[in-house]
Amino acid sequence: MNFEMTDDRRMLSDTLNRYLAGKYGWEHRAKAAYQAPFHDPARWAELSELGVLMALAPEDQGGFGGAGFDITAVFEALGRAICPEPVLAALLSSRLLAAAGADQEALLAGAVHHAAALGELDAPYDLSGIATTARKDGEGYRLSGRKSVVYGGHVAERFLVAALLDGTMALFDVAASDAEVTPYGMIDGGGAAEVFLDAAPATLLLAEAGAAVQDALDAGTLALCAEAVGAMDVSFDITLDYLKSRKQFGTTIGSFQALQHRMVDMKTEIEQARSITILAASRIGTGAQSRSVSMAKNLIGRTAKLVAEDCVQMHGGIAMTWEYQMSHYAKRLVMIDHQLGDTDHHLERVMATRGV
Amino acid sequence: MDLSYSEAERAFQDEVRAFLKDSLPKDLSDKVRANIELGREDMVRWHAILNARGWLASTWPKDHGGTGWTPVERHIFEEECALAFAPRIVPFGVHMLGPVLLKFGSEAQKASFLPRILDGTDWWCQGYSEPGAGSDLASLKTAAVRDGADYVVNGQKTWTTLGQHANKIFCLVRTSKDGKPQEGISFLLIDLDTPGIEMRPIKLIEGGHEVNEVFFTDVRVPASNLVGAENQGWTIAKYLLTHERTNIAGVGFSAAAFEQLKIIARKITRGGRPLAETPLFAARMAQTEIDLEAMKITNLRMLSEAQKNGAPGLESSMLKIKGTVIRQTLNDLTRRALGPAAAPFPSEDLDGNAALVPGDFANEAAEYFNNRKISIFGGSNEIQRNILSKAMLGL
Ligand SMILES: Cc1cc2nc3c(=O)[nH]c(=O)nc-3n(C[C@H](O)[C@H](O)[C@H](O)COP(=O)(O)OP(=O)(O)OC[C@H]3O[C@@H](n4cnc5c(N)ncnc54)[C@H](O)[C@@H]3O)c2cc1C
Repeated sequence: MNFEMTDDRRMLSDTLNRYLAGKYGWEHRAKAAYQAPFHDPARWAELSELGVLMALAPEDQGGFGGAGFDITAVFEALGRAICPEPVLAALLSSRLLAAAGADQEALLAGAVHHAAALGELDAPYDLSGIATTARKDGEGYRLSGRKSVVYGGHVAERFLVAALLDGTMALFDVAASDAEVTPYGMIDGGGAAEVFLDAAPATLLLAEAGAAVQDALDAGTLALCAEAVGAMDVSFDITLDYLKSRKQFGTTIGSFQALQHRMVDMKTEIEQARSITILAASRIGTGAQSRSVSMAKNLIGRTAKLVAEDCVQMHGGIAMTWEYQMSHYAKRLVMIDHQLGDTDHHLERVMATRGV
Repeated sequence: MDLSYSEAERAFQDEVRAFLKDSLPKDLSDKVRANIELGREDMVRWHAILNARGWLASTWPKDHGGTGWTPVERHIFEEECALAFAPRIVPFGVHMLGPVLLKFGSEAQKASFLPRILDGTDWWCQGYSEPGAGSDLASLKTAAVRDGADYVVNGQKTWTTLGQHANKIFCLVRTSKDGKPQEGISFLLIDLDTPGIEMRPIKLIEGGHEVNEVFFTDVRVPASNLVGAENQGWTIAKYLLTHERTNIAGVGFSAAAFEQLKIIARKITRGGRPLAETPLFAARMAQTEIDLEAMKITNLRMLSEAQKNGAPGLESSMLKIKGTVIRQTLNDLTRRALGPAAAPFPSEDLDGNAALVPGDFANEAAEYFNNRKISIFGGSNEIQRNILSKAMLGL
């Protein structure tokens, strides 16, 4: 048994943490996350150079990672900085392009933004209900429908779109210029878009895409779990520091047992969340991948909410303000539950599938 | 045991409903329902409508222009207003300063300030908290030093809700450093136009401007603006707390929020099926409904006690804790119901995201984050537990 990271991943993680602490510090993040284009193109290029994207793909795709623990190493670091760069969109797209046997050199170099356009208003989490359809048109295809809250869609040049082709979920490549895109910022920072397709010209990537899409969702969901673990660790540290420095009634508020016990409970829950994320990472590429990832996302959903709410509460008013970092960690932690399946969605998935 | 209102109370309830149906402007209730920030004009307009009906000052006796209502009547009024999505009465003048002046103010103070609260001439804000004095309010430092006919005030207040709209602030200030900290505090009325006062906005977690910092540098305040005796401020503040407490459970707000939740859970579909019919979400809704039903009765039980004893008891701390938790759970469920569509930031950039989110629900995530405040202010839920364990349980 060994719960240490490999040396390579340790190096990547250290490099990323150092870079983000230096170049994506608190004040920089506050600007980049909430102002169009809701990320920083220069920092995106530097992160790509550092290998953030290459770490997400295996060697046969031109990357140097792609395993569960590569994904968690990258996203835990991003979570510590609550970095709003559209790396999740790149991860989802990379998995989809790999499954389709399509080239992804430009994606991994950070040169071309891709976004996975999967969920819809009526089918945000369970994609079996999607309504976007494809029809054959000469050599190519045409897609019609609306994709909702497409992460990274605000900057994407290419969309990888899930659509029904003769009733089966297929995967298509659509140029952003062929879709009507409404970009926006999100309440927790970063951007997304609504993507309206009106007989948009498309290239077929995969005729039967169900398994590939599920794999991409699993990888993306794992990434969100790791991001939450990173953000929870920092939230905990900020709060612990505050409890040791804030004084009321002539003593530090950390000396009140009512808060001490909650801090201990919270720490325990965070360790549980870390454990289930490690478990899920270890199961990527196995038959237990999907179920383990759903277990992780369910527990992360519950824990991230607890951490966000308790950290704000134990600060008192100060963590209710925009100027104080904790408020932004709290927003990110809560909103992770709205991405790629919430606590209930993943609980249903765990209930519906038997363990291996 | 009889859980129903008396005949007279039911008649009163009908009267309130009829009034709201006729007099509550739709543009105001639409904003409240959609959690859109109200402007100063909106709030002033609603106050004027209530005042014209004689229903603004529900905590004041009749001979001063109040309603003279019993606690149960007040409760009925507040619940019906919440269910109709009426704007909240801005409490600082009407429900906080008013009762204080009636109990502790001089005749001159009553004569000059009470009518101006009713007719909207004055907008008061509450200057209690300081950066170093939150839960431990008695440690406040803002100093008022007597100099001839004036007090000279120096210090800083913070978290001043809606101070940006106010022309006056009532403050707790330090007038003595002798004895226990509670014994050197006074209650002072300050005109915000006085030289030496600077107000700065604080942006909250969801981006809204609702609170402020107020800085005082050599601010001269006429000594006639002292309420009660010098160093009697803590007694006054404690008296005021009991008034802050009568609607503390916010049952009406929770009931209204539950109605909104039902609407959205029917409107939002997952694979063609309304969210309200999906088992896990339906279970969350049902559990919250159960908590809310119990809370309504707990609240009525305590109201009935208050009606008998004249003032809300210690149990109001229980109502505060449970009431805020239920409201926050409802905010959580409504945000959850929206799924990914809760995320778009309703900001200038988006010009309202009505196109993305069905109905009036664009602000639900923002509302959830903003309402984390309700378990922090007015005595945090931890402080309420301290009060209960000591004073009620004797621990
Ligand atoms: C949105 C908003 C609006 C507000 N509006 C106003 C206003 O208009 N006027 C005004 O005067 N004030 C206002 N307040 C201030 C509010 O009353 C204070 O925030 C509150 O009293 C808590 O004080 P604090 O923020 O300094 O937190 P602290 O007192 O520093 O508390 C930090 C944490 O420690 C806990 N804690 C403190 N003491 C104990 C203890 N003995 N045992 C266990 N736990 C403890 C608290 O519960 C909290 O979790 C507002 C606050 C907010 C957030």
